Amino acid sequence: MGFTGLFLISFLVIHATVNGMIFFNDNGAMFNEWAKFMSHNWIVRFLELGLFAGFVLHIIQGFSLTLKNQKTRNTKYAVNPGNATSKWYSRSMGILGSLLLIFLCVHLGQFWLETKVDLYGAQDPSYNLYAELQETFEHLWVVIVYLVGVVALAWHLLHGFPSAFQTLGINNSKYNGIIKMLGTAFSIVVPLLFALMPIALHFHWLN
Amino acid sequence: MQHYTMNLTVKVWRQANTNAQGKFETYPVKDISSEMSFLEMIDVLNDQLIIEGKDPIAFDHDCREGICGMCSMYIDGRAHGPWTQNTTCQLHMRAYKDGDTITIEPWRATAFPVIKDLVVDRTAFDRIQQAGGYITVNTGNAVDGNSIPIEKANADASFAAAMCIGCGACVAACKNSSAMLFTSAKVSQYALLPQGEIERSTRVLNMVAQMDKEGFGSCTNTGACEAECPKGISISNIARLNREYINASLS
Repeated sequence: MGFTGLFLISFLVIHATVNGMIFFNDNGAMFNEWAKFMSHNWIVRFLELGLFAGFVLHIIQGFSLTLKNQKTRNTKYAVNPGNATSKWYSRSMGILGSLLLIFLCVHLGQFWLETKVDLYGAQDPSYNLYAELQETFEHLWVVIVYLVGVVALAWHLLHGFPSAFQTLGINNSKYNGIIKMLGTAFSIVVPLLFALMPIALHFHWLN
Repeated sequence: MQHYTMNLTVKVWRQANTNAQGKFETYPVKDISSEMSFLEMIDVLNDQLIIEGKDPIAFDHDCREGICGMCSMYIDGRAHGPWTQNTTCQLHMRAYKDGDTITIEPWRATAFPVIKDLVVDRTAFDRIQQAGGYITVNTGNAVDGNSIPIEKANADASFAAAMCIGCGACVAACKNSSAMLFTSAKVSQYALLPQGEIERSTRVLNMVAQMDKEGFGSCTNTGACEAECPKGISISNIARLNREYINASLS
């Protein structure tokens, strides 16, 4: 869980960076250039396979872990401690992850599948992903779905980031503070970057 | 704090045996002194039940000074009650006020089946301990205490892990009923010392295998165990167990 999680975190850095290219505010020129590179460079395409494997593994691990852990207590407690002993989001990784999975399916259907259909089906026409973004995020419901996904991601990361280090055996009083701080910063900055894209496009903040 | 007496309502889990269907019973208890321990309050309630000709509440207790780890009670949603780093026997009635309702449940985990009322079978912990919680020592005279130099920091961390009294609060508090805090404490106390070096890799593999076999859940790093541990065992021990496990798996 921790290993695949950290791998997916590294992917988020790339994804958020490429997304950020829209804020050059050059009508998507820079963004489209990067998008073309990401969909055509063979090293990136090869790494994409690894990414998919990472996602599949992380999802399978997550589901099997949740199912297994649900079977360890036949009689539930009548009184629960609530947030007195642990954070709610650390206990809700299964639900947050499921939300993310639903979001991922919608997201891949909208942006990944369509670019692939064009790349292979339509003999790679010159593709304006930026224009498609503008069009897709015109719909308010899409923006809402994306914001829900991003909020789920933020909480998922807030537990997942430091938790991955603990799982890999990295827990040292000297570095715990840094890991926690980095994790919190990452869980705020990256989802915020992701959230800004649909919001900015929906409200026409950009050209 | 000034002494006071209180009347309470106690809701207790009553279950005749492992296979019986348990349920909560509600009892009023009167004139409880704020200076009593929680277990003494249960003693008073049991005296009352015996006088009424009813079956007294079965509960585990032994030393009543916080070192044996027997007094397993899940009180109002908290393992060992509302105080931190504290066992049930060290919980005092001054934590409550007149008119309070207290709900007492046994540790709930498939790996800890209820024997009767609040008594659960924690022999799963014994079997985890037997799977690797020991060191090899040559026979003969006792070795001089200072013949093996041990770094102070390691000795301290080892002793801190050895504080674990095996009460099972970590399992009770964990949403996954994971025994990782217990197992990691037992692995850590030896992993940090040169005496534990001989079985270092087999110990962690065997103890974790036994832990899984007993039906405990997996650790998802929620930290509830650390928050509830009466001995303040740190989850840094779990990270150490993970490290030991990764190293042992690779070697």
